[in-house]
Amino acid sequence: MSPDMLLNLLLKALGQTLQMVAAAGVIGSLIGLPIGIFLATSGRGELFPAPAINRIVGLIINAARSTPFIILVVAIIPFTRLITGTSIGTYAAIVPLTIATIPFFARLVEAAIREIDKGLIEAARAMGATPTQIVFKVLLAEARPSLMAALTMTLVSLIGYSAMVGAVGGGGLGDLGIRYGYQRFMPEMMLAVVVVLIVLVQLVQSAGDALARRFDKRNRKN
Amino acid sequence: MTIQHAATTVAPSVRAEGINQGASSGTPMVSFEGVTKRFGGTGGQPAFTALDGIDFTVAHGAITGIIGRSGAGKSTLIRLVNGLEKPSSGKVIVDGTEVGGLPESGLRDLRRQIGMIFQHFNLLSSRTAYDNVALPLEIAGVDARTIKAKVGPLLDLVGLGDKARSYPSELSGGQKQRVGIARALATDPKLLLSDEATSALDPETTQSILELLKRINAELGLTVLLITHEMEVVKTIATDVAVIDKGLIVESGRVFDVYASPKHDTTRTLLASSLALPEWLRTGIKHSPSAGDRALVRLVFFGETAFQPLTGRLVAELGSDVNILAGGIEEIGGKPFGSLVVSYSADPAVIERANRFYAETGLSTEVLGYVS
Repeated sequence: MSPDMLLNLLLKALGQTLQMVAAAGVIGSLIGLPIGIFLATSGRGELFPAPAINRIVGLIINAARSTPFIILVVAIIPFTRLITGTSIGTYAAIVPLTIATIPFFARLVEAAIREIDKGLIEAARAMGATPTQIVFKVLLAEARPSLMAALTMTLVSLIGYSAMVGAVGGGGLGDLGIRYGYQRFMPEMMLAVVVVLIVLVQLVQSAGDALARRFDKRNRKN
Repeated sequence: MTIQHAATTVAPSVRAEGINQGASSGTPMVSFEGVTKRFGGTGGQPAFTALDGIDFTVAHGAITGIIGRSGAGKSTLIRLVNGLEKPSSGKVIVDGTEVGGLPESGLRDLRRQIGMIFQHFNLLSSRTAYDNVALPLEIAGVDARTIKAKVGPLLDLVGLGDKARSYPSELSGGQKQRVGIARALATDPKLLLSDEATSALDPETTQSILELLKRINAELGLTVLLITHEMEVVKTIATDVAVIDKGLIVESGRVFDVYASPKHDTTRTLLASSLALPEWLRTGIKHSPSAGDRALVRLVFFGETAFQPLTGRLVAELGSDVNILAGGIEEIGGKPFGSLVVSYSADPAVIERANRFYAETGLSTEVLGYVS
């Protein structure tokens, strides 16, 4: 195989990976965020007390998180077909990736919000804030650095998950590595895929860390 | 100068209110009527009684201190005032409104009229000093221009005009509490609640924060209710005090009266730390005298006796044998309060002459022990 062909394959796969990770990351986080907020604020005696629903949502999240991703991919094929009209290809792969992102990100959001000093909530209540104001003006504002870190971690995990959707023809870097690097025994392709993945993860992590640092005013020096 | 300017421009309404409803006015700012508070008690567990029948009032314009050891119920008590806690029974009435009878929206309106400051400041780390002070105004739905007009003068009032753009992590503990105070004043409250506001600060910073609270009380006519475990705090700024122990108010009154003649053991214990003997004196102390020993006596001057030259007369009475070991004169509730530790011969004849002198002059004394 010529280096040109190799590069073309690599670029196409990178494009598919980015597409899947970006789409699943954005949609999954947007759905996961309110669920995470709900989990962190709906316990007994909290801002929106609904302990029963909290427990049920928690159970569903745990179930989703404990299902191995590759099983999730095939298990929800009917749902995927309902949404995208097909069960194979890059678009179809976005559905299971999104479904896997939601509980993952929701738990990270929950942890980020629970980390916030309860004294801040009390102070806001003492000012006459409504629960909604507390969520937007206190919790989300204060959790911004942790939320940024959570988003970074989610995207990095997604890059890993996206390697598995080759099983439903999703394409992407992981799929390229398996089919060419392993099955066709092309170690140079495998190496290239691994290097590109490492660089990609590194870039995402660095960008996320930089943003989190910018939001973080907790340890500023004089 | 800037302070007075700020006081008149920031909160003229509060100021006027403070004057009209001075401490002499009939209805109290806060009153507790038979308030009890129990926690838990569900699922077969025994309930914990935090407050056990509190009857207590806070006068308009006063600085009232509630003092007690940790676990005495004072945190719960102060949280009942702005409805952060609900009483199990009894009534909490703030300026004529029963807190327990308010719906959530009414409670939020009430809270906007009550400022609160905290031991750990509870500032938002993601907001600058300026934006922290602006927060209660944003919450109240005040427009941006009004917020701008209020926050600057408030920061000036607390002496942080130059720190508007600093984040809490760039401020010292005392500065953070000043931001906390400015934030508490943002909505022109009529009542300020202070929850151990100086407990995380060093003694010097504590004094400056207490001075600030005192000034705000005087200039804005704001009623202050504070809880603390430090007698020093009460002594420095409060006009009235209540001592709380095991969910009960065991003693209350004007600070000076309580300080001068404490009636309850808890009060005495709390006072003891503020009247502590120096270390070198404490080590050699004995409970009964042997021949040649000297009696160690604390003389307490307050009220009448504070203004008489009694030490000189005591020396004259006992001969030149009197040795002054420790002491000081402090101001409590605006009046002088002196405490002097002296020693003189434990010879029965001397002791008798001294006791006769105390009886004649009305000097309060306490025999601390004997030293050789």
